[in-house]
Amino acid sequence: MAELSYRDAVAFGIAQEMRRDPTLVMLGEDIAGAGGVFKTTVGLVEEFGPDRIRDTPISEQAILGAAMGAAMTGTPVIAEIMFSDFLAVCFDILANEIAKSRYMTGGQMTMPLVVRTANGGGSRFGAQHSQSVENWCMMIPGLKVVAPSTPVDMIGLMAAAVRDPDPVVMFEHKSLMAGKAEIPDGEILDELGKAAVVREGTDCTIAALALMVPRALEAAERLAADGISAEVVDVRSLVPLDTQTLLSSTEKTGRFFTVEENPRLCGWGAELASIIADEAFWNLDGPVVRITTPHIPLPSAEALEDMAIPSVDRIHTTIRDAMG
Amino acid sequence: MSTEAVGDAGLYDYSDRPPRLPDPVDASNASLDIPLDQRMAMYEMQQVLRQFEKRAYDLFMQNLVKGTSHLSLGMEAVATGFASAMQPDDYTFATYRGHAHTLARGAPLGPVMAELLGRENGILKGKGGSMHLTSVEHNMMGSYAIIGAHLCIANGAAWSAQMRGTDQVAVAFFGDGTTNIGAFHEAINFAVVWNLPVIFVCENNLYMEYTPIDLVTAVPHPAADRAAAYGLESIIVDGNDPDAVFIEASRAFDKARSGNGPSLVEAVTYRHGGHSRADPGKYRPAGEVEAWLDRDPIPMYHSRLLELGVPEGDLATIQKDVATRVDEATDFAKAGAPPGGEHLFTDMWADGGSAWRN
Repeated sequence: MAELSYRDAVAFGIAQEMRRDPTLVMLGEDIAGAGGVFKTTVGLVEEFGPDRIRDTPISEQAILGAAMGAAMTGTPVIAEIMFSDFLAVCFDILANEIAKSRYMTGGQMTMPLVVRTANGGGSRFGAQHSQSVENWCMMIPGLKVVAPSTPVDMIGLMAAAVRDPDPVVMFEHKSLMAGKAEIPDGEILDELGKAAVVREGTDCTIAALALMVPRALEAAERLAADGISAEVVDVRSLVPLDTQTLLSSTEKTGRFFTVEENPRLCGWGAELASIIADEAFWNLDGPVVRITTPHIPLPSAEALEDMAIPSVDRIHTTIRDAMG
Repeated sequence: MSTEAVGDAGLYDYSDRPPRLPDPVDASNASLDIPLDQRMAMYEMQQVLRQFEKRAYDLFMQNLVKGTSHLSLGMEAVATGFASAMQPDDYTFATYRGHAHTLARGAPLGPVMAELLGRENGILKGKGGSMHLTSVEHNMMGSYAIIGAHLCIANGAAWSAQMRGTDQVAVAFFGDGTTNIGAFHEAINFAVVWNLPVIFVCENNLYMEYTPIDLVTAVPHPAADRAAAYGLESIIVDGNDPDAVFIEASRAFDKARSGNGPSLVEAVTYRHGGHSRADPGKYRPAGEVEAWLDRDPIPMYHSRLLELGVPEGDLATIQKDVATRVDEATDFAKAGAPPGGEHLFTDMWADGGSAWRN
């Protein structure tokens, strides 16, 4: 057992996979000598060398293009896009090329690649370096999407993503970096498409992702003091989506809430709400409620950003009031 | 990037501009050091590309091909010269104007034709169509329909070859219009900085879709004049002479295989038809198309081979054999069934399916 931060878990997970597969390579801006702007790749170039851990120019299309070309010709790749906001710069490669090539070619191409990117708010960086854009990727057929909330999940899902033969986008949350946890010894390998019930409850289900998971857990503590037993599900993987865990929890509790950092319209919780409404309607005791960042660009000032992103207070009071 | 805008010249009328005329044939190319059997193979390849594209055009006119298509009629010498200089394991990346580049790597005519017709026996099972022709088996790694992307992707294939320790080279073919998109510049800088075995081939056919390239480009030679910005040699080749293309291609392959990095080659050529099937290309100045038809690479090459002593009958036999192959490919394509609904949900993931939930 060792204690690792979420930040260190990123490099730990990558190193585990690079030791296992000597053909695995990684590229991105400032990932080698600098160890990544979030220090998530510290030590990798020292262990694996500059041929396998490669710095790139600020050229996001070139980065994802190179990742795709390498992956489809037999070299598995991890590509880092420094901030998830920058996915917009290379969205053609991600959404039109990486996601679609296998289908368009009648299955001729295999794309074993992972796109890692720092996502989410709380750093006061303003609207172009703070967004939660997991829903951008969730809506593209052909991409798998994961967003771990703990160091152990980070390592296990990184391993699952690297070993998956399909393209996976891995969202690493900037405001979770410092969080620490005990890491079990030995290889850590998780599974894509599995949600986790991280707190059991009987009165309502709260589906949360990444930074919203610890906030939902804290809100659940407060709800318990109000006499409401909340079950918290860490969705973890948006594609594939573990609807069975969400449905069975809702069938048990009769109420369903989402806590989403992405802005309101077409956030990931909208799809979950739709599935619950379609398939668990007769188990519901009240409306499905989504708690999200409002439909605005994220402001930079501490006071405003904190108002925008769902807080423990907002999660708690919204659910308490909805539960009557 | 298909433009299905107008059926005649209309707003896109540049017919009052002075025509851009081709340079004359360089007769000395006949004495380039290329074995005769290589030249005969290039003649045959050009015949395949030409006759296939003509048939594809006929099938559009019969409404058997839906959607759009972008033909390489008039541009066959570029695909031919480069493909002939490749090793079998080199990688090709093309644009939506990719029929010729796909066939030049040896992809079978029948399944390619069937793909244009949207049939189950198509090379992509009817799921990609004209703009996405691919044959991984022949290292033809795809036709990409968003301008610029595949230059970046070709870099990755070259990087992979480097990491695997092979001497494979990746080649990305693209049009003159591509030189004005960001991905072009990102890709070339990246390839130079990483010293990748990749060749960027600009097929400069003088028109960016419906617009003369010189009207929208800061320099006269859209690719070659940008080369210096990346520390590369400025290379312009007669894209209507397969011998000239073959020699220039061989030089670029040698450079890449000897570890000396990328090349950027501008092959000047001309599109006999319009941009896509909706475009009759009437916006072009009077005399321009005619002048380039006089520089059609195939009759020129025919004459060159005769001068080199090849009997006319040998060339006629090749033409006839190719015509038979194209007829057979057409029959194969027409005999294919439309894809069944079961194909809708296959091939998204490596497990063969498309499930996104449990």
